[in-house]
Amino acid sequence: MTATVNLRPPQSRRAAPAASSRRPGIRLPFSAWHLLLVPLALLFAIPLIWLLISSVMTNAEINRFPPALWPKGIDLGGYAYVLGHSMFPRWLLNSLIVSAVAVASNLLFGALAGYAFARLRFGGSRLLLVLMLATMAIPFQLTMIPTFIVMRQLGLIDTLGALMVPSLVTPFAVFLMRQFFLSLPRDLEEAAWIDGCSTLGVLFRIVLPLSRPALATVAVLTFLTTWNDLTWPLIAINHDTQYTLPLGLTTFQGLHHTNWAAVMAGNVITVVPVLLAFLGAQKTFIQSVTATGLKA
Amino acid sequence: MPITIAPDRRPRKEAGTAWLFISPAVLIILGLSIVPVLWSLLLSFQANDLVTPSRWVGLDNYDALVQDPKFGQAVRNTLLYTVLYVPLSIVLGLALALVLNQRIRLVGLYRTLMFVPFVISATAQGVLFSFILDPEFGVANSVLHRIGLSPQGFLADPGQALLVLVGITVWSGTGFCVVVYLAALQEVPPSLVESARLDGAGRWQVLRHVVLPTLTPITVFLVLWQVIQSLQVFDLVYVTTKGGPLGSTTVIVYFVWEQAFKSFTAGYGAAAAYVLAAALLIIAVVVRVARRQGVAR
Repeated sequence: MTATVNLRPPQSRRAAPAASSRRPGIRLPFSAWHLLLVPLALLFAIPLIWLLISSVMTNAEINRFPPALWPKGIDLGGYAYVLGHSMFPRWLLNSLIVSAVAVASNLLFGALAGYAFARLRFGGSRLLLVLMLATMAIPFQLTMIPTFIVMRQLGLIDTLGALMVPSLVTPFAVFLMRQFFLSLPRDLEEAAWIDGCSTLGVLFRIVLPLSRPALATVAVLTFLTTWNDLTWPLIAINHDTQYTLPLGLTTFQGLHHTNWAAVMAGNVITVVPVLLAFLGAQKTFIQSVTATGLKA
Repeated sequence: MPITIAPDRRPRKEAGTAWLFISPAVLIILGLSIVPVLWSLLLSFQANDLVTPSRWVGLDNYDALVQDPKFGQAVRNTLLYTVLYVPLSIVLGLALALVLNQRIRLVGLYRTLMFVPFVISATAQGVLFSFILDPEFGVANSVLHRIGLSPQGFLADPGQALLVLVGITVWSGTGFCVVVYLAALQEVPPSLVESARLDGAGRWQVLRHVVLPTLTPITVFLVLWQVIQSLQVFDLVYVTTKGGPLGSTTVIVYFVWEQAFKSFTAGYGAAAAYVLAAALLIIAVVVRVARRQGVAR
């Protein structure tokens, strides 16, 4: 894969403009680059296509040797099993609850703290901001053992609470909101101040309606990290009624090694909400990912 | 006029409001990061089974780590994984971004297709590839069989498992590099490229002497980011191989997790986590220094 990518560009790069400059009237229906890009794009897409296909295959088709490459028809047995005879619906609900709480609280607490750091003067604000930013660099494995002990002291282990508390607000949300607030003009806020509006009123009635892009970024990234997390649920949860989808999926796979159709159906259920979130907010998502990249 | 009122009232009220606004974030973020980090350090000097009170053992945990062949193997596996994954994802990401940066149609579609694997959880990736690469029922061996090649063990083969994990993360992680590089390529000033062209530089020379140097800060960021990510790989390993076969995919974080939450030697696990954190810190500092020197030149 690497070889084709590295060797080809210089050649076709010269070929492509030559073709168009010599014969300006006649154009290829597509650029020569597509000959390289289509197979590459397929390499990225095929595993996911296979995920979808195998989720509607029968286990008989999967378990024979060599396994079928294409299903005879669409069989929803895997989905029926997963939705009717497993804990998947419960895990889906748990994942939705945990993610929804994380998104809502990150928006609220991120906006509150971000606004204070952007606009309000108070002693120690710089130090606190620097401390918070520094925590972004702390690897999770350094905090996971004591966090487990703390959650156990609070009696939260084996409850969804243990999953919610650590993700209630992240330094990322605070920092992102602060940066956005700093980029807003102060005039409107000052007018509201003068009219006697409270700080909370200014934030909620004037600033936040203008902050949709930042709020969307925080919401999308919080949803994705919470929804996709496996490490912390694995540590904090033992009982299968409290599993989230990633933990449930990997346990389910371990227990149903011959029921691949059901495992893949469960996998599709795990992946679809993320894909929908991504495709729905693709622009926001790509911008926020590159923004974190370009800032550093 | 409000101007005369503001200085009187606002500062005191303002500080109070500010503290109200930040207290949830400060409590949660600092409480669940700074405190545990220090706690972990203490733990690493103790014997702790997560149940009975811990016992002070000084540097014993670190001493034992140095002599533990399993930890040595975890360090080697993690380094090998990093050394393979980081350059592969970055070189491939750069090459694809350069191709997508031309004026061709469907760039958005290609970019989306390459980026989609990145947003999918490592769990979903792991479960999917365990299936595709299953030695008996997997489609990969089915394809190999059809084209007349011998079946492979993939994740079940101690000699291949780590390489397969690298392959899976290249599949899912390259899109991130593509997207970051694509954004950076938009920022390359066209005037620079133009003037190099006027000076008679060919496409390849423009790429080597103009485009790549302007991308250096992004490349530095990506290297640092990818190294940090790959030194901390865990989810994918847990889902696909659980560190096996024969410990061939036991990485450092997996080792930490196993020690703390399976063997209940939390102090020992904390010590291993601190060794990894120290390595991350050293890398970050080295990159910072190297970058500063690069800028100075």
